[in-house]
Amino acid sequence: MERAIQGMVEKRGAGLWLTHVFMIIGVLVIFFPIWLAFVASTVAQQDIIQPPMPVWPGDQFWVNYKNALFSGVNVPVATMLFNSLVMAVGIAVGKIIISLLSAFAIVYFRFLGRNFFFWMIFLTLMLPVEVRIVPTFEVVAGFGMLNSYSGLIFPLIASATATFLFRQFFLTIPDELAEAARVDGARPMRFFWDIVVPMSRTNIAALFVILFIYGWNQYLWPLLITTDPEMNTIVMGIKQMFPSGDDFAHWPTIMATSILAMIPPVIVVVGMQRLFIRGLVDSEK
Amino acid sequence: MEKRVTFRGWMLPLLLILPQVVISAVFFFYPAGQAIWQSLFIQDPFGLSARFVGIDNFTFLLSDPFYRASFVTTAVFSVLVTLCSMVPALFLAVLADRLIKGSGVYRTLLIWPYAVAPAVAGVLWLFMFNTRVGIISWYLGTLGYDWNYVLNGGEAMGLVVVASSWGRISYNFLFFFAALQAVPRSVIEAAAIDGARFWRRFFTIVLPLLSPTTFFLLVVNVVYAFFETFGVIHTITAGGPQQSTTILVYKVYADGFVGQDLGSSSAQSVILLLVVGLLTVIQFKFIEKRVHY
Repeated sequence: MERAIQGMVEKRGAGLWLTHVFMIIGVLVIFFPIWLAFVASTVAQQDIIQPPMPVWPGDQFWVNYKNALFSGVNVPVATMLFNSLVMAVGIAVGKIIISLLSAFAIVYFRFLGRNFFFWMIFLTLMLPVEVRIVPTFEVVAGFGMLNSYSGLIFPLIASATATFLFRQFFLTIPDELAEAARVDGARPMRFFWDIVVPMSRTNIAALFVILFIYGWNQYLWPLLITTDPEMNTIVMGIKQMFPSGDDFAHWPTIMATSILAMIPPVIVVVGMQRLFIRGLVDSEK
Repeated sequence: MEKRVTFRGWMLPLLLILPQVVISAVFFFYPAGQAIWQSLFIQDPFGLSARFVGIDNFTFLLSDPFYRASFVTTAVFSVLVTLCSMVPALFLAVLADRLIKGSGVYRTLLIWPYAVAPAVAGVLWLFMFNTRVGIISWYLGTLGYDWNYVLNGGEAMGLVVVASSWGRISYNFLFFFAALQAVPRSVIEAAAIDGARFWRRFFTIVLPLLSPTTFFLLVVNVVYAFFETFGVIHTITAGGPQQSTTILVYKVYADGFVGQDLGSSSAQSVILLLVVGLLTVIQFKFIEKRVHY
């Protein structure tokens, strides 16, 4: 009986195979653009500019990747990779630090202006950088932070999401722990370092995954403030590799760069899948 | 919810909260205030003088056919992106949910595109549909279809919609899959015993149970289409042809940085602020509801 009901609900036999077939088709369709980019990064320019291009990898893998990494078009891709890494890690670490501190202050203290600051942080939820680009650009230019890592990082590290996430989590830490710390005469910062931060480890890691990808994939902001190719990030630098005139773009180099641009975030997402899904679900709550 | 046990002192908490407050003030509130302020002025192109014009920038925008067209473009674009990213995701999630074994492997493969930046996704799709070298445009050509998104506004829109939806399928898939796994087996088995077949069960039981997730994803995807697709549009069409893919966010950039029309760009920023505000309110209203659910 049990089996019979299960048979009605879960697919077996032909239906199961059909489900697998549809699933595989879906995965193939979704993967096709990435596959084609990879193929293009392993063939010569001639193979591409005389369409149709091959759909199986060629033998130019090392040539194209070496060319992209160490010569590039405007600047070596290795430089852009480094810039992206600094930006993504800077944004992730910066956001986590300032959010941990402010969430700790909001949850564990009663002080004048607490509500005011809470709402002030809350409001920043509603201001994506895309909406206020011109004035923000002027502020950053005024500080002389164009073409600098601080200019790439600081305007993007204040966001309420991480603060709220930590606030929610801190509220679930048992009061007895803070009580005990107080009875023992521990100072607040001692409690913070010895209890709160270690307990938040998983949340910090999950948030790091999400914020790293957020920072790595930024486009508009680096496009505005990095006029010096030496400071380009890889995600915005790819577009700069296209010639402005009627010339053929050098597709193998561009596609090798595209593949290089997606490797770090893909490693982070696939390698830390559990943390990633947890961070995704938590940060959207 | 509040803590019962708190620490004393006011200096320390202020110091702790200071970094975030300073950064929010300098990079959020001051620029937002500037946007509102500048939206009341008309600046000459060199930024030498500004003339107070009150709400003229807004009234001009609302009567400007290009701006209105951009509103329509944004609406069409976000509806299409939301549909094209949610329907395939739901379909794949339903398939994965029916599998007893192997759904983990598919999930690992399907989350890849989420990690690909919108701008990089734009380059990948541009490559396939490029008028000179694109493999798909070449095959379309052999079928007798003259594909040219550089000249044809509808094709340009289709291309940016597909490129923007692609990475979002992963995201929506993860949420739908999690929601499907949470549907109680007993309810579905009961319906199966009563003789309800798969599609009937899906539409009468599963889909209603998914409605909180669906609504949440609707809002999130509209927000995504509005604000996070700049990279796709900038890499593929740069708003063209004839502004047929100029969504509101792209227009803020095009008018402010390319056209140097600060007053108009600021007024557009202010209008977008209102849109974000509205969407955020909808989102929070929904979250409150979900708590009761």
